[in-house]
Amino acid sequence: MLSRANLIGAVLFLAAGIIGFFLPPWLVSLLTIAFANALVVLGLIILWRAGLVPFGQALYYCSGAYTVALLARWAGVSDAFVLLIAGGLVAGIVAFLTGFLLARYREIFFAMLSLAMSMILYGVLVKTETLGSTDGFGVDPPHFLGYAPHGDALGFALYWFVLVVCAISALVIGVYFKSVAGALAVPIRDNEIRVEFLGISVTRLIHMKLVIAGTLAGVGGALAAMTIGHVDPNMSYWTTSGGFVFVTILAGAGSVAAAFVGSLVFEIVRSFAFAVLPGFWQMTLGIVLLLTILFLPEGLGSLATRFRRRKPDTKPVATS
Amino acid sequence: MLTAFAILTDGLAYAAYLFMVAVGLTLIFGVMKILNVAHGSFYAFGAYGAAMAAGIYYDRGLPEAGGFLFMILLAMAIGLVLGLILERGVLRFVYGRDEVIVVLVTYAVFLILEDVIVFIWGPQSYAAYQPMVWAGNVEIGELVLSNYDILLVAISAGLALFAYWALKFTRYGRLLTVVIFDRETAAAFGINVTVVYTVTFIIGAMLGALGGAMMAPKISITLGIGVEVIVLAFAVVAVGGMGSIEGALVGALIVGICRAAAVHLMPQIELFVIYAVMALVLVFRPYGLFTRAQPRKI
Amino acid sequence: MKNYAIRMLRSGAAALAIAAFAGGAAPVQAQDAGSVKLGLVTFLSGPAAGPFGVPGRNGAEILIEALNAGKVPAPYNTVGLGGLKIETKIIDESGSAANVVSEYRNLVQRDQVDAIVGYVSSGNCLAVTPVAEELKALTVLFDCGTPRIFEEKPRKYVFRVTPHATQDNVAAARYVLAKKKNVTLYSGINQNYAWGQDSWRDFVGAMSVLAPKAKVDKELFPKLFAGEYGAEISTLLTSKSQVLHTSFYDGDLESFIYQQAARGLGKRMTILATTAESSMKRLGNKIPDGSIIGARGSNGPLARDTELNKWFVKVYTDRYGTAPTYPSYHMAQSIIGLKAAWEKAAKAKNDAKPTIDEVVAAFENLQFEAFGSTIKLAIGHGHQGIAEIAYGTYKFNKQKNEGEIVDVVRFPAECANPPADVNAEDWIKGGMKGAKCD
Repeated sequence: MLSRANLIGAVLFLAAGIIGFFLPPWLVSLLTIAFANALVVLGLIILWRAGLVPFGQALYYCSGAYTVALLARWAGVSDAFVLLIAGGLVAGIVAFLTGFLLARYREIFFAMLSLAMSMILYGVLVKTETLGSTDGFGVDPPHFLGYAPHGDALGFALYWFVLVVCAISALVIGVYFKSVAGALAVPIRDNEIRVEFLGISVTRLIHMKLVIAGTLAGVGGALAAMTIGHVDPNMSYWTTSGGFVFVTILAGAGSVAAAFVGSLVFEIVRSFAFAVLPGFWQMTLGIVLLLTILFLPEGLGSLATRFRRRKPDTKPVATS
Repeated sequence: MLTAFAILTDGLAYAAYLFMVAVGLTLIFGVMKILNVAHGSFYAFGAYGAAMAAGIYYDRGLPEAGGFLFMILLAMAIGLVLGLILERGVLRFVYGRDEVIVVLVTYAVFLILEDVIVFIWGPQSYAAYQPMVWAGNVEIGELVLSNYDILLVAISAGLALFAYWALKFTRYGRLLTVVIFDRETAAAFGINVTVVYTVTFIIGAMLGALGGAMMAPKISITLGIGVEVIVLAFAVVAVGGMGSIEGALVGALIVGICRAAAVHLMPQIELFVIYAVMALVLVFRPYGLFTRAQPRKI
Repeated sequence: MKNYAIRMLRSGAAALAIAAFAGGAAPVQAQDAGSVKLGLVTFLSGPAAGPFGVPGRNGAEILIEALNAGKVPAPYNTVGLGGLKIETKIIDESGSAANVVSEYRNLVQRDQVDAIVGYVSSGNCLAVTPVAEELKALTVLFDCGTPRIFEEKPRKYVFRVTPHATQDNVAAARYVLAKKKNVTLYSGINQNYAWGQDSWRDFVGAMSVLAPKAKVDKELFPKLFAGEYGAEISTLLTSKSQVLHTSFYDGDLESFIYQQAARGLGKRMTILATTAESSMKRLGNKIPDGSIIGARGSNGPLARDTELNKWFVKVYTDRYGTAPTYPSYHMAQSIIGLKAAWEKAAKAKNDAKPTIDEVVAAFENLQFEAFGSTIKLAIGHGHQGIAEIAYGTYKFNKQKNEGEIVDVVRFPAECANPPADVNAEDWIKGGMKGAKCD
């Protein structure tokens, strides 16, 4: 699979890694969180291609984050690789179980049911006083196969760790998009009955997509927990899910890369609004979202396509 | 016995509140297929408007009873203006787009309006308690009930009856029913769907603002009151069936009674009883209690 | 395949351009030797802005202005911090823990502030504390209440001069029992999140130590910002409790008070509201006479009548048209504590600008005069303040048309706080040993 796309992806990934050494630590930390969240968005893109938008993806994000935090606190596990796999696995299992129910739903009903499920987890966590209720609790800095960095070195280690996870996920999901199961997303969105007439179980396909998206969200949550060093039940609140959907719309479902670009742009706009307009950051975000939907219906990912198309458009086109 | 009576009265009072915030939401969804997150903003604007009206009115020492009417009128006027601006200024540009995209447009509007509230009214809280104090209370055995709560139940019931009558027996109501049933056929028969949309959205916005104005005397009006209402109203509408007025009524009653029962009998589950009811109903009736399953189109 | 690659490349370039822009918009500022840069973090949006965020910011605003002009009464009449003027950068505390931690890093690493004063939410305090330690950034938490901050681990760079929430509820129990010796049954209504749960647990713990015969009746935990308490009020009306404990604040407290006023709950039991001081003015005669009112310390109308307090109330009222509430006191005392530590460190260096580590060393175990009372950083390894706390009884004065607090009792700091080496929860469970109340 040494295609040009993967080659360029690899170059970009290396470039992002090297640039990290020249960026101030606060920007590295911002990029780390943006890329961790991008994994959740990548999962949402998978679902959105099939016409599904969950308002409860925070359920899996929070499951992944709490798995990491609980393993670190109660089992003393501190290795980032073990924590990451555990976070993804638990979220994947949760997604598999909830999937039996959710895979039967579409449109707004799907959105509402997933929202209800994430709010039930929120309620349970708020009730659990041993886990600090809404205050949450801290996650100690992870180790990397015995390497235990501190301070700025920890920031870079996490940044690289997140980049590697992102690169692998991007590669795998890129392959998935081109597989039959991935490519069937758009037909399902357009008319799933026709897909069923082909002899394919739409419910099972969607169930699989839910598990993939849930696992990605769990991995994102696990990385976020390690990066932030703190987990709390708000990670499961519906506004967190809303934030991820926001980034998905901003990014557009065009490609794998869109998730990363969208998440990065969102994090920068948010931070910028906080610094410049501290009292009016919600309005800034709202306006950005509105303008994106009105003028960039396919998301930021479509900008590149537009630039490319503009050139041939300048010549008179005879055929339509 | 006393507990059962208390559960019933508390449940009814809570259901009245839920129905009032849910009815506008379900109307807009039924006609326009828009799940309107900005409904929370209508509620908040209504409450702030009512508080402003209470401030203007009671500072002049005018007769108590009129203040409540003035609050409602001002709140509904705000709802009218807000609904008109949003429908004509924003929403009409996204008709025909994915349902979920339109939800996000209303989410964006909600974010913007949250800061507009700070801009207009500042971060401090407001009160409009005068009507509730004026209404007084009645004692029934050990229980003391607020007359204002009884009034709210009556107004909600009146609203439900009025909506039923308006949909079944007025010209505009019948037009709405036709559009709800099949938008394209309605347009083909010469119904001006654009006007129907604008009017429906404005009525929905006014109902949201009315909900805020009715609750204003009971609560402290602070930033973020809209957020709480959105999810509650969603839950009620999802239980009853999206787009169905009778569904909103039954959903409000079920959620209201369940929550009151939880507070009296098992306070520890109060936090998620609403979502549990919602998930349970959706498991058995995926489209809510009062919606027909959509025919699948090939 | 090719499209994908080019798209990816282009979007990558766009993102980097935007990143560069964001970086450039807030350049790393050259350190000005003539000033101290202070980061202030508090809620500027959302439900916590009105009650805590904005009063906190206002308190900081007038105090810093007066400090820079050298107009604060003695002993704080020197300019700024040790002669250096204070520059501030204000950030909103809203958003997820990830946002709060990101913005904290931005303040320290991008904006290069010398110290940070802020945080209302206990969750946010817990989230930024390890980051502060990692970045070695001096941070004074101003309003959050959880005792966990210094109990989980000793901290070096994080301080909290404002006493933690345990004293609010221990002192509340002491006041109730001093005024109503025959309490046999009491209930609680608290918000269903960490603050409400912790407050209730501490109160019940203190009551069971001080009055083992008194029994808990109803334990109600409505959802945070629920706004509608009809069912809860019915439950309480049908109970036989003599006292109702609540740690509700602002919006929820006001909604609850309006709704119970309409149904006469206050006639059946005494309401004990640990934070009611900040809402007292707005609630007026809706608070039943005889309710027990707290101010999270000796703040507002419960503050001691010192020159410093008179000055603070006057400048605050002149500017904002309303008297300062306890969050303003919490913010002001956090800044004044920082000033005291800073100047103690500067003095040891013949008034040269001290390093952060020197300020930290001077801050530990500091004792200083604040606006409402004297504060001692006596617990949490010298990082957590304790101070006298007052409770009083509410009485509405019809002539003046405003509420008053009468029958004020002051509890010494050591009476309501655990000793230095004991966790708050263990201290209460173990019978509150070592409390000095005389």
